Amino acid sequence: MQSAISLSLSSPSTITRSDCTVAANVYLCTPRSLRFCGLRREVFESKSFNSLSVSTRLVPRSRDSSFNKVCAALQSNGTPSKGGFDYDLVIIGAGVGGHGAALHAVEKGLKTAIIEGDVVGGTCVNRGCVPSKALLAVSGRMRELQNEHHMKSFGLQVAAAGYDRQGVADHANNLASKIRSNLTNSMKALGVDILTGTGTILGPQKLKFGKGGSGDTIITAKDIIIATGSVPLVPKGIEVDGKSVITSDHALKLEFVPEWIAIVGSGYIGLEFSDVYTALGSEVTFIEALDQLMPGFDPEIGKLAQRVLINPRKIDYHTGVFASKITPAKDGKPVIVELIDAKTKEPKGTVEVDAALIATGRAPFTQGLGLENINVQTQRGFVPVDERMRVIDANGKLAPHLYCIGDANGKMMLAHAASAQGISVVEQVSGKDHVLNHLSIPAACFTHPEISMVGLTEPQAREKAEKEGFEMSITKTSFKANTKALAENEGEGLAKLIYRPDTGEILGVHIFGMHAADLIHEASNAIAMGTRIQDLKFAVHAHPTLSEVLDELFKSAKVKVNSSSPIAQPVAV
Amino acid sequence: MRPSAFFLKPRSGSRIPVVRAKIREIFMPALSSTMTEGKIVSWIKSEGDVLSKGESVVVVESDKADMDVETFYDGILAAIVINEGETAPVGAAIGILAETEDEIAEAKAKATSQFSSATAPSAPKVEESPPAPKVDAPSPAVAAAPAPSTPGKVVATPYAKKLAKQHKVDIGKLVGTGPFGRITPEDVEKAAGIKPASKSIVAAPAAPVASSAPAAVPSKAPSSFTETPGSTVVPFTTMQAAVSKNMVESLSVPTFRVGYPIATDALDALYEKVKPKGVTMTALLAKAAAVALAQHPVVNATCKDGKSFTYNSSINIAVAVAINGGLITPVLQDADKLDLYLLSQKWKELVEKARAKQLQPNEYNSGTFTLSNLGMFGVDRFDAILPPGQGAIMAVGASKPAVLADKDGFFSVKNRMLVNVTADHRIIYGADLAAFLQTFSKIIENPESLTM
Repeated sequence: MQSAISLSLSSPSTITRSDCTVAANVYLCTPRSLRFCGLRREVFESKSFNSLSVSTRLVPRSRDSSFNKVCAALQSNGTPSKGGFDYDLVIIGAGVGGHGAALHAVEKGLKTAIIEGDVVGGTCVNRGCVPSKALLAVSGRMRELQNEHHMKSFGLQVAAAGYDRQGVADHANNLASKIRSNLTNSMKALGVDILTGTGTILGPQKLKFGKGGSGDTIITAKDIIIATGSVPLVPKGIEVDGKSVITSDHALKLEFVPEWIAIVGSGYIGLEFSDVYTALGSEVTFIEALDQLMPGFDPEIGKLAQRVLINPRKIDYHTGVFASKITPAKDGKPVIVELIDAKTKEPKGTVEVDAALIATGRAPFTQGLGLENINVQTQRGFVPVDERMRVIDANGKLAPHLYCIGDANGKMMLAHAASAQGISVVEQVSGKDHVLNHLSIPAACFTHPEISMVGLTEPQAREKAEKEGFEMSITKTSFKANTKALAENEGEGLAKLIYRPDTGEILGVHIFGMHAADLIHEASNAIAMGTRIQDLKFAVHAHPTLSEVLDELFKSAKVKVNSSSPIAQPVAV
Repeated sequence: MRPSAFFLKPRSGSRIPVVRAKIREIFMPALSSTMTEGKIVSWIKSEGDVLSKGESVVVVESDKADMDVETFYDGILAAIVINEGETAPVGAAIGILAETEDEIAEAKAKATSQFSSATAPSAPKVEESPPAPKVDAPSPAVAAAPAPSTPGKVVATPYAKKLAKQHKVDIGKLVGTGPFGRITPEDVEKAAGIKPASKSIVAAPAAPVASSAPAAVPSKAPSSFTETPGSTVVPFTTMQAAVSKNMVESLSVPTFRVGYPIATDALDALYEKVKPKGVTMTALLAKAAAVALAQHPVVNATCKDGKSFTYNSSINIAVAVAINGGLITPVLQDADKLDLYLLSQKWKELVEKARAKQLQPNEYNSGTFTLSNLGMFGVDRFDAILPPGQGAIMAVGASKPAVLADKDGFFSVKNRMLVNVTADHRIIYGADLAAFLQTFSKIIENPESLTM
């Protein structure tokens, strides 16, 4: 989510900093909401009339009275499309990916419509990153307040902390609706047509939307983007009743806090929920199909994370097993999870718990898209695309004027990746070739402390180095040596840099520690811009800040080439 | 780089008639000469894991660094005796290794019966302490059912299992009082004879928090208020505990001190010259001390038993460094043989490693002579305590301008520093130390030879 901020900034924008502050005041955005979809900026953009390429800005005004009028005015102000199409661009799905694409399309002067079949904001805003951050914000505080030793070392005394479940749940829900309305308003204000119903492709450049049946409206578009996202993946044999056996969709509503919950899957989602549940007093049993917890993370980071996030908490785990059958609690019996060995399929006993959360991943939501009408076959549900997000049909040819972004193409199932892909597509359809470097897309897990990463893991980098015959080096710095981290009593943490000593290229950065999710962007931007370590070494970091962890990391790298940046012109101060 | 030290010895308990060499205890390794106890940072392997020779099994925090410890034997980790976060003396069993699966149950039984008291964090002597009586009911030698693998029999929550492990409660013998008859953390605490810790997390019922929360919390005794107001008790870290122990131990050695003023103009001039090449003052002083020690081997000797001299074959200069609230002495090995530039390079690496807590034992406990420099703080002279196991330690003060009179009665202002050596008088006598200091001062006053 976070990177949505930087992405929307990367577009040419006339917004100045002071304006931004005004907008924030007008909207009474709490600082918390800024953490999520980067909406402050987008909401602000909503203040500008945007017809074709000229943007005239309105003076920000109060939200209630004039806002709707402004929107109405804009909607009637649509740009006529060239070539006889109803729209230049139609996006199916109004999640974060579709939203990012729509905003960028308007900026590029395209007449844009977005088809929303469910709720604006999609998974991220309504059932994913956004509400989960609200719960994690609560769990982080709970954890701190409960940690007597931690508080004592600050000289603080806190009586036993308690919580009101409904209050926590409301916080998550309120946040989601706030972000959702911000998203909706930002699109309305820019004149994006929001069409309600299911979008179905009828043929090249032609589609319909509506509730199904004869009432559907047929429209044409020069280009179409599929951005329908994903739904929680529930493996066979598992019966989700929404009460005792749940997915993240239900868990985020926090309807109850079980005493003991089994979490199936120990990836990002499972890990974040274990953080929430243990902070609220639950005990957790992880069920992981692979041989170790937290697959997908750099092994060293995973090891450290396990040391900090799993072992000292009220968590145990079964690895190398599948949950072959999960029966919800009923008739006075607990939830029963039947385990089988992931390889041999032999029964490995049962686990009896109060609830089970299925966090085994997400499945693309591509049904009813009408892909058969244009001869596109999904692969395990995903829409096949090339590196420019152009959809590939069953014959291996490019489907004309059709793109697919986000979870539906499965390239990188992250909200901000979807948005970045959407922007890349808009660049292409407005005549500028663009290929997104997926290795520059950061990912974060918002546990306490946080985990973040960009680029390759150590084993991946090693494999690449071996294959391509280059030398690879690793350097690490510890949060223990960082003043700010120590001031916060949060010295536990590690930053790891994987790089090429011959060129100074960054291959990957992995951080485990306080605010890791915010720290990663210096590295991801460097990868995106192609900045080399020898140049980063000269960048100045404010002292004392956590960013010095990365500063030290870059400085500790032993690069064999000298800085490439020309000597800067002296600037008088 | 892992410590080669590993501590498995065949078990031959007198209580068990049949000696089974195939069940081995994993002992707390001595990762440094000063280490008397170690803290388990984490078990890399868990109970039931198959280990092969050379694999890392456990991470131990010694007084100096966190280290992975690896096994010398193949086998199965049958039982973990000392849990993560707990401390055990060097040589105490921290885990049990079985050679085959058949022996796991037996090994486990041993773990519960024999080491049940080992987990108390400050237990002084482990091996001979009696089994904890109140926890283990009848004969624990009968193999306890390996709880988790038998399907559906024993249901205990994750925290209950952790507590049971920690307090050596046989979870198979408990009757659960939780929902669906499961064993709860409270059940384990009761069995272990511990008062249930006040539940720190309280989900207030739907009512407003303010009114219900305080009532729901069993009010904790205001223990935090009984301390003298304003004072805080901070337990020693492992490193600080080691320092404390060493310092007390040093009292058993009869030491004496000899001071010496040394003119440093030449040294300062040389330092300015070589500084751009990465040479540090520490390296210069260490090199000078090493060269002087080469001429006075007795000052580099150790008195181990109070009866003899032990002349060390190499000159390893330990340099005291303050680090994260502790004290560590990275060692410049063969300081007399390495040239100044290599020595400086080596020093830089050692300091980096020390900061990252990655020093290997031989990098901090192989010193034969210690150098302590507080000159950078402006300290003009001080007195160092001789660390156990070494013959002498040198305390170096700041180099400061001083008015000096030469033998002809002419006054001049020269930079001068005071060094003070503390030595073990059992082996090093006053004249030895004086002669050593004379050599040392000559080297400092004519330092060009150091760069060669």
